[in-house]
Amino acid sequence: MRSILTALTSAMLLAAASSAALAEEELSLYNWGNYTSPELLEKFKKETGIKVTVTDYDSNDTALSKVRAGGSGFDMVVPSANFVPIWIKEGLLLESRPDQMPNFKNVDERWVNVSWDPGRHYSVPWQWGMTGPVVATSVYKGDINTSAIWLDPPQELKGKINVVPEKNDVLYAAIRYVGGTWCTGDKALLKKVRDKLLEAKKSWVSMDYGIEKMDSRDTLAQLYYNGAAFRARQVNADIKLGFPKEGYSLFMDSVAILADAPHPDNAKKFLNFIMAPENAALISNFATYANGIKGSTQFMRDDIKAAPELNIPAEYIAAGGWQEVCPAEVDELYTRIWTDLMK
Amino acid sequence: MSSIAEMAATRRTAEGRRRWLLKAPALATIVIASVGPLAVMLVYSVMAKGAFGGVALGHFSLDGWTNVFVERDPFDDTLVLADANLIIFWRSIKLALVATLATLLIGFPTAYYIATRPEQVRSQWMLLITIPFWTNLLIRTFAIMGLLSNQGPVNNILIWAGLIDKPMQMLFTDGAVLLGLVYVYLPLMVLPIYASLERMDFNLVEAGYDLYATRSKVLWHIVIPSCKPGLIAGSILVFIPAIGAYVTPRVLGGGKNMMMGNLIELQFGQGRNWPLGAALSICLLVIVTVALIIYIRGSSGKENAHGG
Amino acid sequence: MAASQHAFDLKAQPGFSIIARLAIVALYLPILILVVFAFNATSSLGVWGGFSFDWFVKAWHNDLIINAALFSLFLATVAGVLATVMATMAAIAMTRTDAYRGQLVSYALINQPLIVPEIVTAISLLIVFAAVKSATGYSGTGYLVLAHTAFCIPFAYLPIRARLEGMDLTLETAAADLYADPWKAFLHVTLPRLAPGIVAGFMLAFVISLDDVVITDLVKSGGQETLPTYMLGQIRRDMTPEVNAAATMLLVPSILLVTAVHLINRKK
Repeated sequence: MRSILTALTSAMLLAAASSAALAEEELSLYNWGNYTSPELLEKFKKETGIKVTVTDYDSNDTALSKVRAGGSGFDMVVPSANFVPIWIKEGLLLESRPDQMPNFKNVDERWVNVSWDPGRHYSVPWQWGMTGPVVATSVYKGDINTSAIWLDPPQELKGKINVVPEKNDVLYAAIRYVGGTWCTGDKALLKKVRDKLLEAKKSWVSMDYGIEKMDSRDTLAQLYYNGAAFRARQVNADIKLGFPKEGYSLFMDSVAILADAPHPDNAKKFLNFIMAPENAALISNFATYANGIKGSTQFMRDDIKAAPELNIPAEYIAAGGWQEVCPAEVDELYTRIWTDLMK
Repeated sequence: MSSIAEMAATRRTAEGRRRWLLKAPALATIVIASVGPLAVMLVYSVMAKGAFGGVALGHFSLDGWTNVFVERDPFDDTLVLADANLIIFWRSIKLALVATLATLLIGFPTAYYIATRPEQVRSQWMLLITIPFWTNLLIRTFAIMGLLSNQGPVNNILIWAGLIDKPMQMLFTDGAVLLGLVYVYLPLMVLPIYASLERMDFNLVEAGYDLYATRSKVLWHIVIPSCKPGLIAGSILVFIPAIGAYVTPRVLGGGKNMMMGNLIELQFGQGRNWPLGAALSICLLVIVTVALIIYIRGSSGKENAHGG
Repeated sequence: MAASQHAFDLKAQPGFSIIARLAIVALYLPILILVVFAFNATSSLGVWGGFSFDWFVKAWHNDLIINAALFSLFLATVAGVLATVMATMAAIAMTRTDAYRGQLVSYALINQPLIVPEIVTAISLLIVFAAVKSATGYSGTGYLVLAHTAFCIPFAYLPIRARLEGMDLTLETAAADLYADPWKAFLHVTLPRLAPGIVAGFMLAFVISLDDVVITDLVKSGGQETLPTYMLGQIRRDMTPEVNAAATMLLVPSILLVTAVHLINRKK
């Protein structure tokens, strides 16, 4: 009797183990649309035998609502810096300790002790960049290193401006433009910010995604991302990116493992994998943003290596800043300003 | 006598049971995956909002509902009318009504023309109407975006024809959204009108010429009354999805010309005010239901008048 | 063309033929643009930059697009079949009968998905399904199939019901006497005559499922990308003719399929 039981148990264990081994072969990444290099996934599969499926989202809020609702079935997600603390606070991320992984030595020191994940206990750099004015300089010949391009638009650009519909990117630039600092709760100043935005909105044609509208000249200026500005310049040489002296925001998207990930071990392998310079370069080559891995530049496409959009000139570095997570009551005010603007 | 009545009764109950069994899978699926979940909206609309979206379950609050109509100005704490919500409500109703009217004006002549073709040709026309359905809606909307673009074909043709001298801004306007809605929902108008015209007895039309001399009078007094169910069905099928449209205004409106669908999404997304989003959803449902009742009342009332 | 033989076509109305022709042109214009720009040499969807096959090659080698397209077809087939079967059963139960208690409620329920705006259903489903997903640990395709089946039912139901209402009852009454088994009567008499309605219902359901983006986006789990949700994800990045190429590749087999069904139906 006993032996039968043992035999049965061991058979069941074996079955469980083998099905687990089968399940080990996959990994599910929940990432921004068109942000994941297919070449990277192929290489990862070749080296580890793990097949990565990618599922798209189109905003931080969508990703957060979906995963927080529970049972999403994803292993990894790529939130922006200003959302990472929310993910951690809500207990959605696994403390996977990337800082103890072998390839962590490749992470640029600049991206190790970041405010949103000090010491990198949860997340690994994916890509980073900035938000700034993208201008068709054949139409507008003035200074483009200013947020006035879209907040006090010159006559040539009026009615031809698109502003990216991202709350924090827009508010950050507007608050700095009016003379405030990020996370300010100063109501007099924020009222000025709101009025400025509502006034400027009259000169905007859209608040939408899509740098390709610069290609077709449906827009002549945008508040948009630097990597996209680089791609727009490949199509029209007169398109240039400005670095506003009043202040502009930097962003970084980081990969993290979900607390309820079905394949946490595979996900850890993936995090370690993308911290290797030659692999990180694949990410940049595809999506045209800088990554945070030392030594990856030598593996990059030549046009990306030399791109002024992706290598912020030294004199403009100081004006860049991060969107820290603001206190709840301040964030609430910002959300209100934003919904007023979007309506 | 009584035994026949009993037999009829048992037969009726057996029949009733069979009916229920046949209906059960469809009804159960809809209750589980469409009607039931709506209850969540009711519950969420009377909860306090959560910190980063979501709701604080168990904390009742009517803020979601009051915020539909009035809101507290964040800067001087006064209560002000939430005019932005009302403007978007009004824009949605307006656009949906105009889109319904436009599809009706295009769809009815189209359906009538097809229904009066010889039978072979008729089915070929219907095939032509349905094929565009087989290309994904989203990508057709993107194609309209390309069409209306500044350097797109429409502007180029207008410039070439000498009607305008520089590109006209068509994309990201209410007009672009309207055009998108009409385009997307036109087949939903043509199909039901065609179906009722197909069943119409065209001998009536011939007889009509004895009574009314002109084509327009025949159309007005004979054709339109007899295909009224189709006209009503088509109008409902267009108006309802149009008023709650999300994708078309998002792609063609450029984020500035919101409709209710986008406003609701905004509250559940970046707005992080789920109770308000839930309350707005219920408002949208109420508007749709009211429209439906008006349609049904209007149609059945007149039909009764005819019959009487 | 028989009509034109008459000197005076009684049925004709002035201007209607022009409107009908223009409507067809308008329906096809965006599709034409879509196909043309799939061959664009540059990355623009609105500005022509020369002829090239590059986007087809790219789309063909993009696993994400191919997988999304295949999953779309799979989902639309499964949901379409389920919705059509359920709608056929319901239509048989609900038409050609005297009014009975609960009929109106059933009718309202069947059509309910038509009435609720997609975004509202989508968010409700996100909340409810997420609770079920965390409770059961199952996050497979079942949820998408269920959601799609539900909103496809009224579309499948419409043409089936219309067909049933137009059918003559006498033949079936005779069949009911002939075959003792009502199932046999249904199989040999009702079903063949109902077939065109069922085919139309399935095709409508299939297409409605294929087009859905809002509900799918909020219900999908890992690896359940459909072509529309894939494209929605692209909005934030650059739209390129790659999706045009994918759509064009899908367009050819669908036109062939629809035309084939049409021809078969006509023979019947």
